[in-house]
Amino acid sequence: MSAHAATADGKQLNYLNCEKGLWSWIMSIDHKRIGLMYLASILSFFVVGGVFALLVRAELFSHGKTLYGPDDYNVFFTLHGVIMIFLFIVPGIPATLGNFLLPLMIGAKDVIFPRLNRFTYWLYLFGAAIAFCAIFMRLDTGWTFYAPYSIQNRWAVVTATAAAFFLGFASILTGLNFLVTIHNMRAPGMTWGRLPLFVWTLYASAILQIVATPVIGITLLLLLLENTMGIGIFNPAAGGDPVLFEHLFWFYSHPVVYIMILPAMGVVSEIIPVFSKKPIFGYKALVYASVGIAAVSFLVWGHHMFVAGMSNLSRYIFSFLTFFVAVPTAVKVFNWVSTMYKGSISWDTPMLYAMAFVFLFLIAGTTGVHLATLGTDAHYHDTYFVVAHFHYTIQGGAVIGLFAGLHFWFPKMFGRMYNEKVAKFAWLFLFIGFNGTFIPQFILGMEGMPRRYYDYPIEFEPLHRISSIFAFINAAGYAMVLGNLFYAVFKGKKCEENPFHSLSLEWTTASPPIHDNFVQIPRVTTWTYGYGAEHAAEGEAVH
Amino acid sequence: MFTFMPEQASEWAPYVDWLNDYITNISVFCILGITAVMLYFAIRYRRRGPDDVTPYITHSASLETAWTVVPTVICFFVFYYGFESYHEMRNPPANAMEVNVTGVKWRWDFEYSNGKRTTNELVVPIGRAVKLIMRSQDTTHSFFIPAMRVKEDVLSTVYSYLWFTPTKLGEYHIFCAEYCGLQHSGMLGKLRVVSEGEFGDYLYDRQDPEAVELPPAELGKLKFAEKGCTACHSIDGSKGLGPSLKGVFGGDHVMSDGSVVKADENYIRESIVYSQKKIVKGFEGIVMPAFEGQLSEAEVNGLIAYLKTL
Repeated sequence: MSAHAATADGKQLNYLNCEKGLWSWIMSIDHKRIGLMYLASILSFFVVGGVFALLVRAELFSHGKTLYGPDDYNVFFTLHGVIMIFLFIVPGIPATLGNFLLPLMIGAKDVIFPRLNRFTYWLYLFGAAIAFCAIFMRLDTGWTFYAPYSIQNRWAVVTATAAAFFLGFASILTGLNFLVTIHNMRAPGMTWGRLPLFVWTLYASAILQIVATPVIGITLLLLLLENTMGIGIFNPAAGGDPVLFEHLFWFYSHPVVYIMILPAMGVVSEIIPVFSKKPIFGYKALVYASVGIAAVSFLVWGHHMFVAGMSNLSRYIFSFLTFFVAVPTAVKVFNWVSTMYKGSISWDTPMLYAMAFVFLFLIAGTTGVHLATLGTDAHYHDTYFVVAHFHYTIQGGAVIGLFAGLHFWFPKMFGRMYNEKVAKFAWLFLFIGFNGTFIPQFILGMEGMPRRYYDYPIEFEPLHRISSIFAFINAAGYAMVLGNLFYAVFKGKKCEENPFHSLSLEWTTASPPIHDNFVQIPRVTTWTYGYGAEHAAEGEAVH
Repeated sequence: MFTFMPEQASEWAPYVDWLNDYITNISVFCILGITAVMLYFAIRYRRRGPDDVTPYITHSASLETAWTVVPTVICFFVFYYGFESYHEMRNPPANAMEVNVTGVKWRWDFEYSNGKRTTNELVVPIGRAVKLIMRSQDTTHSFFIPAMRVKEDVLSTVYSYLWFTPTKLGEYHIFCAEYCGLQHSGMLGKLRVVSEGEFGDYLYDRQDPEAVELPPAELGKLKFAEKGCTACHSIDGSKGLGPSLKGVFGGDHVMSDGSVVKADENYIRESIVYSQKKIVKGFEGIVMPAFEGQLSEAEVNGLIAYLKTL
């Protein structure tokens, strides 16, 4: 193991205490500190977005007016979407866990462009600040900004799209930084075939960030020109085409779903082998599936527009292509479950999250088939079925993946351990609350309840009530998770350097890591997943 | 199993529901099956201690091929069934009864072929195919009848359509499914499916003859004469300064750039409102006035209806 540097009073020096003071954080170019600052930011926005979700659910508790009017409702559901998508889950796992872990996992001192990394974080915060201005301008277009409706609330839309534009640039630059880092900064012996699967998924989503995000940048810029200079692009009154906006918007916003979900799949692919003490099953298939999903994700945006006035032929083709997303996703699930076969399965919190992820993602994936199928989509499109499907994918997938990763790498980040009992209890709360919120919404969607409705016919009330009650249980679960982790950052029990006995490179250095990550750049001689009898000895020799 | 679909009130609702059940059953089987296996592993192989010995298994070509091929095959079937049903949904029969629908913030206006106009209430006879030709006056809306299993966006730029054959008497919800602002959730209509006889009474409003306005085709005929269209366009097939409009609707026409255009509602509307956008081959250089802003929505619809009769 590495020798640790120490201060005069005998304390070990690490990235957290090597420099002190607010300024040392603001000016930091250390990927670990930047990762933590991202984490603090996105979790704060997650809480704000969650409060808006609860406001929406509270209003929907009863038929008719419960708390406030439709004007406020439209603002609240818009802000829930905008904050959760653009400020929380798009930066999501890559900006937080990715920033912290990528260099550690490939045996590097930092990302390749540390100053760009710092710039990216502050650009992100700048974009977030602009987005918060839009909150006070009563933005009510939905997070999709569909024209021509979005042309009416002009200045709020200009502000929000400007924010999304800057946030998009932060996303592009993070992707670029990661991509070049993975290509150039791998330690000797860390070949492509030995790369941890989490790094592979960061790689796939980096490609999406770089290729897809400029399209939304261009689109929002066009919307900006239309709103400020009256050029007719999407506005039919000025000769524009609103369906064009939908095409451009979804050309980005479909791949972006995979920017959110792929890294979560990567996290799960790291957790299951460690907690099963088994090599990941089908490493190559998982790599191909990640890259395959990324590639296909560019060809399926039209399924958001099956009833939006596209030609019939386009509808048939987009439906056909969409089914090709289902196959690699299914392959991943089979590989994860097979990894557990004959393992030594620990029921620690990260594994509970990983298993919850597999279950929730199965529901997300199979309900996606209902929506990819033309005959059934005509009924389900723009109903609560879509809302539930989307939340299973993003909350059940990406958010659960983020929290799985946080519980797994927490000791790595802080050298401390959270309260395991509270963590398990909170997990249960979350799991029950989440399913209780969204299973009724699947049923509402089947019955024909359209989305983005302030009010609804009385027969939908019982299911809305159940959904609202469980939404608060879900929120209580998140409050417990965040409280438990926040407390443990400062007061958690000091723990051993590698409490889960992972063989991955990031655990071979101190926890928390020293400023330069490794005392010496490691030399890699085997792959990351050498668990199991015959190869256990070989696995130990990773560094 | 696991179905909460609303009443089946159209000819293909049973088919959509069958397909939905088919997908749902496969899904539930996969979700429960895979989860059961996962839980079985988690319990059966639960960690006994730090020294548990585990085997070194990395992959299995046959197993992995199997679970790639089987989902692919299932997907092809599901796609095909979805495509097959939808193809029918997108191709209305020629004899369908046409009703014009206009989406306006926040109401639905309907116009029947005899000129009867209603708001938020669509009445159709049981057993007859109904085709809705839809357009928005402001932002994008979406016309959704859950009981009929149909939905299509209503745009302000082009006509969109949907069709269904009601099979059950009753009253059903019409929703707007595309977010359109303040009263989006209040943009509710009612679909009433009635018997042929009752529909006749309703259509001709035997109680209140004043409510019936000029039928669209007759309004169109009137406007056709009034706006001087007859000066250049014959209706008997003889050549004038402009192309004859006899049988123009529904046919394929060659444009000056060599492209072939099918004369549907959208093309006719464009040719009236923005007359210079597409020029029929052989009529280059002849400038027809554009009627942008000079005809009401009902008058344009009327002209289209009139052309359909020629």
